[in-house]
Amino acid sequence: MSPFRHKSNVFGHYATLIVLALITLIPIWVMVSTGFKNDVLVQQKEPVWFLFVPTIENYEYIMNRGKFDRYLWNSIIVGVGSTVFTLVFGGFCAYALARTEFRGRVLVANSTLLVRMVPPAVLAVPAFAMVVNFGLDNDRAVLIFFYTALNLPFAIWLLFGFYKQIPVELEEAAIVDGASPMQVFVRVLLPLMTSGYAVAGIFTFRISWNEFILALLLTSRKTRTLPVGAAGFITDTGVEWGRIMAMGTLIVIPPLLFTFFAARQIIAGMTAGAVKG
Amino acid sequence: MQRLGPYFFILPAVAIMATGLLYPVIQAFYLSFFDWKIGTDLEDAPWVGFRHFIRMATDADVLESITVTLRFGFWTITIEMLLGVALALLLEKPIRGASLFRTVFILPLMISPVVVGLIWRYLFDARIGWINYYLGYLGIEPQVWLGDADLAFFAIVFTDIWQWTPFIFIIVIAGLQALPSEVLEASKIDGANWWQHILFVKLPMIRSILVIALLLRLIDVFRALEVMYILTGGGPGRATELLSLHIYNRAFDTQQLGYASAISVLLILIVFSLSFAILVIGNPMKDKADV
Repeated sequence: MSPFRHKSNVFGHYATLIVLALITLIPIWVMVSTGFKNDVLVQQKEPVWFLFVPTIENYEYIMNRGKFDRYLWNSIIVGVGSTVFTLVFGGFCAYALARTEFRGRVLVANSTLLVRMVPPAVLAVPAFAMVVNFGLDNDRAVLIFFYTALNLPFAIWLLFGFYKQIPVELEEAAIVDGASPMQVFVRVLLPLMTSGYAVAGIFTFRISWNEFILALLLTSRKTRTLPVGAAGFITDTGVEWGRIMAMGTLIVIPPLLFTFFAARQIIAGMTAGAVKG
Repeated sequence: MQRLGPYFFILPAVAIMATGLLYPVIQAFYLSFFDWKIGTDLEDAPWVGFRHFIRMATDADVLESITVTLRFGFWTITIEMLLGVALALLLEKPIRGASLFRTVFILPLMISPVVVGLIWRYLFDARIGWINYYLGYLGIEPQVWLGDADLAFFAIVFTDIWQWTPFIFIIVIAGLQALPSEVLEASKIDGANWWQHILFVKLPMIRSILVIALLLRLIDVFRALEVMYILTGGGPGRATELLSLHIYNRAFDTQQLGYASAISVLLILIVFSLSFAILVIGNPMKDKADV
């Protein structure tokens, strides 16, 4: 292969990647930029890409009158709550599946994988029925519960893989040195599991943070989460695009930060299911 | 302790999954035998036996929604697989900066489906949407994208492709880069040309990844509703009402909770049989534990 041909290959390679990156990024830029436009610009037919005077009036509106702080607080409670429960209980379960033999182990492993795919639409009616029939009135607790349930299967699957990578000899050595099972778990395993828990935590938090349909159904005025709040800007009289895009921009900040700081781990988590399975 | 220990570890997670996922599924079966409407007590709901299922079998709306779902699945998955695999084969060679590009490509998967729906609803807007504006340069008249059955269907397919092609791309690339280099070298030494190399060596070796990716996407087609809920609400008519969205609209728009549950049962059966196929291919958690 001549060096020239190689060079042109690399050029084509980069050119393709750049085009693909633009296709991915342009819609996101449309959202971010529209959030900073005033209503005249938003309603005008000719798209404005960069050259406009940014305004923060949309942000001011959603902060002051759009109840953003309340939605944000609800989203944080629900997101953090479900993530903590998922990691603690999912971690225990994955550990037991990876390290102990017990009757029913295969059953638990298989049914965990099976319920992972339960469609949210199927959960909607029964969840609504549970709330109505049992008179549950703490919306956020109900959401935390369902998000934990929805996230546990994938978290267990991911953490199982991470526990499997830790050599058993490490634990055996600690036991020989006289460590109790709890000490083995906390002192030996957890430090080696930080990246595993981080990946599982990112996936769980992101799903809970982004979830819309159950939140729409199970929350009321006071307990709405951010995605439900954003959808609320779609009204019968039209869509308030500037405000809704500002809200959308704020909603994507945490997932965006995760992506930029932990892209490698997220991709590893995404591919784990297919490539190892 | 030795014998009960594992059960203490799995109990909380199993209990939550049983009440939060399994119980609702069983409840859906149970509710499908009642004519329960919103605002009434479940105890007062009349028992209707299999009437919902009989009605469902001849319900043109349910049938249409299943057709829409299958058409949607066919177009999105075919295009995403072809595009994702082609791009992965083209771009698999590690180059400087590849990780930055991969970071960008997973963005559509990380942001909220509600936000994805909102962005594309704006872009497809008939009056101020950017898509109509730039199509104008090509001499194409402005279209009411989300108000016409075929165009709205195109819009949800297009949005799905934008969002999910990177997923296929990324897992196929991971699979390709994990292939043992000896085999690839051997095929080159044996004189395989570029096409033979891909068709007879690379693709067969990542076969199981392709099958799993396909099944995962197929399951997602039956689970999806949030993007369409925002983008079109299932309309116009039922042109973009995927099965999941149909169930939701039935339950909370027309308020037929019992009938919606009967359709849920159908959805559960479809999704569980697809999941079962993944289980048959392999569940790493089934492997013997290291004791």
